[in-house]
Amino acid sequence: MDLSLDETQQMLKNTAKDFFATECPETHVREMENDKDGYNKQLWEKIVNQGWLGVPFAEKYGGFGLTFLEFCILLEEAGRVLLPEPLFHAVLLGGMPINIFGNEKQKDELLPKIISGESIATLAFHEEDDSILPSSIQCQASMSTNGYTISGTKMFVPFANISDMIITIARTGDKDTDLSAFIIPSTAEGISISELSTISSDKQSVINLDNVQIPATNILGQKNKGWELVEQIFSFGAIGKSCEMLGASEKVLEGTVEYAKTRTQFGRPIGTFGEIQRHCSEMATIVEGTRFVIYEAAWKLAQNKNAKKEVSMAKSWTSDSHKKVCAISHQVHGGIGFTKEHWVQLYSRRAKAAEIAFGDGNYHREKLSKLLGF
Amino acid sequence: MRFAFTEEEDNFRDEVRKFLKSELPNNWDGVAGNNLEEGASDKEWDFALEMRKKLADKGWLTMAWPNEYGGQNASMMKQVIFAEEMTLARAPGRDGFGIRMLAPTLMIHGTEAQKTQYLPDIAKGNVQWCQGYSEPESGSDLASLQTRAVEDGDDFVINGTKVWTSSAHRADKMFILVRTNPEAPKHRGISFLLIDDMKSEGIKVNPIIDMAGRHNFNMVTFDNVRVPQKNLVGELNRGWYVGATLLDFERSGVEYSSRCMALLTELIEFAKTNKRGGKYISEDPNITKEITEIYTEINVSRGMSYKIADMQSNGEVPNKESSMSKLFGTVLEQKVADLGMQILGMYGQLGPESKHNKLKGKIEQEFLSSVSATIAAGTSEIQRGIIATRGLGLPKP
Repeated sequence: MDLSLDETQQMLKNTAKDFFATECPETHVREMENDKDGYNKQLWEKIVNQGWLGVPFAEKYGGFGLTFLEFCILLEEAGRVLLPEPLFHAVLLGGMPINIFGNEKQKDELLPKIISGESIATLAFHEEDDSILPSSIQCQASMSTNGYTISGTKMFVPFANISDMIITIARTGDKDTDLSAFIIPSTAEGISISELSTISSDKQSVINLDNVQIPATNILGQKNKGWELVEQIFSFGAIGKSCEMLGASEKVLEGTVEYAKTRTQFGRPIGTFGEIQRHCSEMATIVEGTRFVIYEAAWKLAQNKNAKKEVSMAKSWTSDSHKKVCAISHQVHGGIGFTKEHWVQLYSRRAKAAEIAFGDGNYHREKLSKLLGF
Repeated sequence: MRFAFTEEEDNFRDEVRKFLKSELPNNWDGVAGNNLEEGASDKEWDFALEMRKKLADKGWLTMAWPNEYGGQNASMMKQVIFAEEMTLARAPGRDGFGIRMLAPTLMIHGTEAQKTQYLPDIAKGNVQWCQGYSEPESGSDLASLQTRAVEDGDDFVINGTKVWTSSAHRADKMFILVRTNPEAPKHRGISFLLIDDMKSEGIKVNPIIDMAGRHNFNMVTFDNVRVPQKNLVGELNRGWYVGATLLDFERSGVEYSSRCMALLTELIEFAKTNKRGGKYISEDPNITKEITEIYTEINVSRGMSYKIADMQSNGEVPNKESSMSKLFGTVLEQKVADLGMQILGMYGQLGPESKHNKLKGKIEQEFLSSVSATIAAGTSEIQRGIIATRGLGLPKP
């Protein structure tokens, strides 16, 4: 049992913290809320140049040869500043499915492009029925002479607007779990992408696939084994999101305590009042408890150990805890906190989006209760 | 980062488990599902002392002590494992007052004579200490304590009242905070004394029965009790700081999560194997939702105590971390007890004495004794104050 970071991890954390503090101030987050692409290309290039898109990938593809755990450390720091750039998506939803399920040819060809930022891939799973079940997938992939023909509608696809590859989950057989993953170029004929307007002002899209033709070699992983990919990537996604929430929670706690020290009412700082101290100590305790459950799951995932219980514990806990931290922060801030100009609402809007991504609290409690034998 | 135990640690855990399995009676269940020390009957207490001697012989009681005092300088994680296994097995015999609190304080502040006189008996499990801190008018505001000690020849003469004194009726000796200078600011007129014999003339121990019907707490009165001056620990009027050192030797608090897990495991088993209204209790979605929430929170609580152990391993002194762990862990104890009540339905109101009870009536006992969890050893309100002011740097009210 050792909860400390090793030298490499600590260095990565420090570098990332400093980098994001300089490069991603609140003004940048606000600017990207209204940006056409939702990210800044110059900043993206700087992130690419840090090599961070290659953190969990092998050196032969141009990666760092580290693990998912180290990537989580990065995500925590990105979450602290609400980084709008698609670091999470490019690595976790684009690179990792290819790295884990791709064949050698796909990995040789695609991973270097993803790591160097030349290419961005994303994952299209959700459909009209938004539950995370194999039966929600209605998108059809049928065999044709040259490969597959894919038709259907994908919902809530993150950063589809800037991705050149969409890893799409589609139905390839009659059984519930007869699903497969396909790498579809976003320029393919028959694809139309329309953006959604979301609570967190991020970039999610609806993708319509109308008889999209792709070669048979674009299948990712084995045919009818797509659900395995979804389950694995959603586990990584749940923990990656939790790390972002952890960083955000820490920032909200710091900012709220700072406000309680400086805001005066009745002639003294509000932080002297018992009710406010109670709020702040509650936040601090929640945040303190969050780190361990997340990193225990991250470590187990990185070590390829069975982490099913830990993932569900971490995501159900963090989904709720981060929401609570934001709610308490609003209470301490009073009126100013719910104005557009204030920073807290930037966090609380994104807290909602993170809570429901990759399974909300109830979804993971349900999973956990099955794992406990109920 | 590594979220697994080493092979050596796993082996040690096995050793403790095997030992407890062989030493505890079959189907051992603790008392009221809990550890024995608190509120034990005479017979249970005798068994606890027997276990304490055996644990002492194994060297496990003192494993955290430095080598020079006969300890093993054991790693924090090893101590955590020992505490986890003892708590999971609901095994009695640990010594919170002597081993964990007083001994480390003497190692720092005691004279050579005091160390020689007191440490060996503590190490062997020969002596029971109790802690004279709280008073009727000094609860959360401990530093306002009024029990008076006046120098008289070679002695101090003590007059006053201590309260909530756990196990005073079992104790041989007491360490006590007394006021030696009523003129000085409240923190600077307190001294730390050792009372060698609880049977001394002038000491009266009056039982306080708790709402679970158990006798653990006492009120202790002092009427001209004489204590030799050589029993002063540290400097005169600096006792507050000696006493504060003692608080730094707090446990990592892993007991909270282990105790909760022991009980939750039983409750899960019970819910899966017992029916109400023709359905297994575990088929009630309200119950399973709460079980999964609490299961997760127990893991969160365990993480908080591992963090404290990790800090101590790295030579850091936990402060707000201990308060957070206590705050979270004690609320959790109440939640598990309340969940148990829900699972047992009408049977939750039956205690150990009822022949109709389920789970030996221990849930009723747990429920009643869990009320004190958020009060004893510093109320939740005091913990929040510590977190807010010392931990987060908010200004004092």
